[in-house]
Amino acid sequence: MNIQAIQEDIVDEFSMFDDWMQRYEYMIELGKTLPLIDEKYKTEDNIIKGCQSKVWVHAEENDGNIVFTADSDAILTKGIIAILIRAFSNQSAKAILEANTDFIDEIGLKEHLSPTRANGLVSMIKQIKMYALGFNAKNN
Amino acid sequence: MFDVQKVRADFPILSQQVNGKPLVYFDNGATSQTPQVVIDAIVDYYSRYNANIHRGVHTLSQLATDAYEEARLKIQKHFNAKHSYEIILTSGTTESINLVANGFASILQKGDEIIVSALEHHSNIVPWQMLCEHTGAILKVIPMSLDGDLIMDEYDKLLSNKTKLVFCNHISNALGTLNPIEYIIKKAHEVGAAVLIDGAQACPHLKPDVQALDVDFYVTSAHKMCGPTGVGMLYGKEEWLRKLPPYKGGGEMIATVTFEKTTYADLPHKFEAGTPNICGGIAFGAAIDYMNAIGFDNIAKQEQELLEYGTKRIQEIEGVTIYGPKDLSKKASVISFNIDGIHPYDIGTIIDKLGIAVRTGHHCAQPIMDFFKIPGTIRASFAFYNTKEEIDIFVEAVKKAKLMLS
Repeated sequence: MNIQAIQEDIVDEFSMFDDWMQRYEYMIELGKTLPLIDEKYKTEDNIIKGCQSKVWVHAEENDGNIVFTADSDAILTKGIIAILIRAFSNQSAKAILEANTDFIDEIGLKEHLSPTRANGLVSMIKQIKMYALGFNAKNN
Repeated sequence: MFDVQKVRADFPILSQQVNGKPLVYFDNGATSQTPQVVIDAIVDYYSRYNANIHRGVHTLSQLATDAYEEARLKIQKHFNAKHSYEIILTSGTTESINLVANGFASILQKGDEIIVSALEHHSNIVPWQMLCEHTGAILKVIPMSLDGDLIMDEYDKLLSNKTKLVFCNHISNALGTLNPIEYIIKKAHEVGAAVLIDGAQACPHLKPDVQALDVDFYVTSAHKMCGPTGVGMLYGKEEWLRKLPPYKGGGEMIATVTFEKTTYADLPHKFEAGTPNICGGIAFGAAIDYMNAIGFDNIAKQEQELLEYGTKRIQEIEGVTIYGPKDLSKKASVISFNIDGIHPYDIGTIIDKLGIAVRTGHHCAQPIMDFFKIPGTIRASFAFYNTKEEIDIFVEAVKKAKLMLS
């Protein structure tokens, strides 16, 4: 599935919820499914700045695609990363770089999360794109 | 007779709904709410006599100057300063601290020592680190116990004739600890050191008497005590204020011929270069009037009741740890806590949706969080206009969030 199609699926799923409570409960569930980062990668270097909670993201190449793993000490944050990883993991560096992130607004995450957390969200997306940029440069 | 419902009616913001729920405002440690009389003072200034002060001979300028200087007198009286010119109006606590730190840059010698407490807000640590880097002075820290009290035996050991300056907050913003500043001041003076007390968290709860404390510098912000943001004060003993060089413009400007003596000539104007926050200063005066009309005895009584009730109710929640003094009489109406296995930020985000405003995170006091080895806390800070019913709503919301997150 390409990034666009996955993003559309996520937007569809979130459109079923009537209120913030269901939305948050779903995010908590998603947080529990997050592909966890290997403990050895939970280093200072892998911490994403701009989040009130700690967030670690690691990227690896597999068959020409980038596979992301991550973790956070806050469960709602884990939910957000799980959504991002679902959209961007197992995709080519090129596809990740070309993808837009409008779906974040569409599922109401930016609007529903506090400004500090929203900044963290932006930092997470930036980090994912940076990894893609790095792998892209390395392979060309 | 103190009637909390009557008091609440003074604050227009408190009657609104947030996220479809009645607002429960428990973030008073970050900023207090503003009563209508203070809002009126702001509107009145801009509607009737907005003009620059200390300069014009025209009527509006004189009205504004009179009102601004009257506010200074109110502040002087409130803190019982000996002279009105010992009250410097600043943009707030942070600027007040920086003003003093900047002044000490020309006083300190290499090897001199500055003592700060382990309970400090970042704004109370960074200026001193910068000052030490600049002067070669050494920063020492009064350690704290697991109960969040400063250890006075350790403080005694840090003091020596090398100590030039001691910094401590009156009440800790992160834990609510009421520090023994009388002792800290007395002991510092015995070795000839000056003392600056950060009263930002204390002034909403009590009325400090700077002469009785014999403190050298005392600083606070108006917005913590029902006033507007962007204005605060520095109290300094006259002898110290005369010793410190001007802050804005920099010390080197004093020697130039373009230096305007009229601006810097005497206290307090030496430290108030440029057009100040005139409206803010006037509204600060109105806020002090308002708080005194409520009465600090009433404020203390109401807040102590809320602290006791809130502590009891929060302890009902399973897995709760409250940080700070166990003895509630040594504590301001702040409850800083965590729930086992749950990140404070998750709780804060969820209860926000239930109309509740609390602070989560490290409260600009990272060293304190490192001490307890936690990422942060949930901090509920109560003001005299809060109620037990709001605490009930808050506790139910936390329980609900805990259920969602467990």
